Amino acid sequence: METRKKTKRRPSRRILPGFGLTMGITVTYLTLLVLIPLSAVFIRSSGMGWDAFWTAITGRQVVASYKVTFGISFLAAATNAVFGFLVAWVLTRYRFPGRRILDALVDLPFALPTAVAGIALTALYARNGWLGQFFYSLGIETAYSQVGIYIALTFIGLPFVVRTLQPVMEDLDAEVEEAAASLGAGRAKVFTQIIVPALLPAMLTGFALAFARAIGEYGSVIFISGNIPLRTEITPLVIVKFLENYQYPQATAVAAVMLTASFALLFVINLLQRWAEKNS
Amino acid sequence: MAAIVSRTRSFVPPKSFRTITESAPVRWTLTAIAVGFLSLFLLMPLIAVFYEAFKKGVQLYLATFSDPYAIDAIRLTLTVAAISVPLNLLFGLAAAWAITKFTFRGKSLLVTVLDLPFAVSPVIAGLIFVLIFSTTHGWLAEPIKAWDLRIIFALPGIALATIFITLPFIARELIPVMQAQGRDEELAALTLGAGGWRTFFHVTLPNVKWGLFYGVILCNARAMGEFGAVAVVSGNIKGKTSTMPLYIETLYMEYQTVSAFSLATILSLLALATLLLKNFIEWRTAKSARH
Repeated sequence: METRKKTKRRPSRRILPGFGLTMGITVTYLTLLVLIPLSAVFIRSSGMGWDAFWTAITGRQVVASYKVTFGISFLAAATNAVFGFLVAWVLTRYRFPGRRILDALVDLPFALPTAVAGIALTALYARNGWLGQFFYSLGIETAYSQVGIYIALTFIGLPFVVRTLQPVMEDLDAEVEEAAASLGAGRAKVFTQIIVPALLPAMLTGFALAFARAIGEYGSVIFISGNIPLRTEITPLVIVKFLENYQYPQATAVAAVMLTASFALLFVINLLQRWAEKNS
Repeated sequence: MAAIVSRTRSFVPPKSFRTITESAPVRWTLTAIAVGFLSLFLLMPLIAVFYEAFKKGVQLYLATFSDPYAIDAIRLTLTVAAISVPLNLLFGLAAAWAITKFTFRGKSLLVTVLDLPFAVSPVIAGLIFVLIFSTTHGWLAEPIKAWDLRIIFALPGIALATIFITLPFIARELIPVMQAQGRDEELAALTLGAGGWRTFFHVTLPNVKWGLFYGVILCNARAMGEFGAVAVVSGNIKGKTSTMPLYIETLYMEYQTVSAFSLATILSLLALATLLLKNFIEWRTAKSARH
């Protein structure tokens, strides 16, 4: 009887209790901690006037930092797309000793604090570091350079492509490949015409996730980058420098640019994920 | 979005690809490249942390932990985690319950908002709270000064930034688990006369306990390790507002490399424990799926 009364009062899909309470908590929490604080960036920047805003976001140092941030993030994400594909392939399809440990370690950049990653990478790639001495002897300056930023951003983006591809690779239907092979298609043809098209949406999603993470990254980069103005300053660092000089409007304006870029990427990622779901 | 990475995967028993695969030399080459790439980018940094920490002996390693500033940093980090993790746990349970047990309009919008902290640079995550609570530039500067509150450059600011950064983790881990569970068991419990809370504690919670556990551990690891957001709001005053990651930076900049890496070993072990737990849970779900 109880249930029936309730069904009358409310739509039948809300038979379980707690909708009001949990929705209330969720919406209040998100509004207070996410929506209002994030809106502060846009409201503050819109209050500073167009001219001041434009001057702040097009300063020489700022524009140089966009180039460094977006350019190197793109390269790092592209590297991750290629090697992430390879790693995911090897981890799902081949069996070799140590595979499970390596598989588990893929999440390391996600769990290791960025500051720890930053100092570890700097120690490795400095002139006298284990890997640095090798690169420096080849004439490649791996620390306090754009190469260093690239290394750090590749490190932190590594899990994204691997982890988006793995489940899709596991679900690939082996029978389709067998059928193609039995019809006379070579391994290369099966790969380019069957496997790659099936994995492309997931691969692009992983690439976009790695790129989105890279443009905002701070902790793992600032140690190895050396932070040389106009050359190795990333945009998040420029925001921090503005704040340290009490140039709050400038910091806010540049943050608005970065937030807009991040939200645009989030939108693209959602579209890609929808495509990937339809494809599988 | 980015939660894809953190989530424990519902395990699919590995299919055999033995029927059709690449030739042996190709397999070996690809495996060698993948293992090389992962060793270079994942194993080496991890080894470097422990090598640098113990380079000058165990004595010097241990000396770090009698530095009063280091102890203050550890204490502050634990305090921040003790504030932010329980709050995000409550939120995560509420959000997962609302999102998975009911249908309502605007659900996908709600999930997008939930994911926003993943998309925001940690530096901006700190900045937004400065814009609200700073005594010189904040929206609430006047009331904060009137009541003599300390938020920015103090514990509340650090906690707020940390809560923001780690907000999605527990909810994001719970949502797929609860989704997979469906509503039937809860409905059965209610039909049999159990109340809402009783159903939640005796039916829902036991079903999602491993996902919940991992979500909490991951949230905790990220809360203790947050650097960028905390750096912006804390002011980094040694012994007062310096968390472990911030104090690692200070030590490193002061050329106290051994101490910096020694403190870093603690956070690295925490990260490793998190990965271990994730794999243990995935192994467990795989085992129970096979039975």
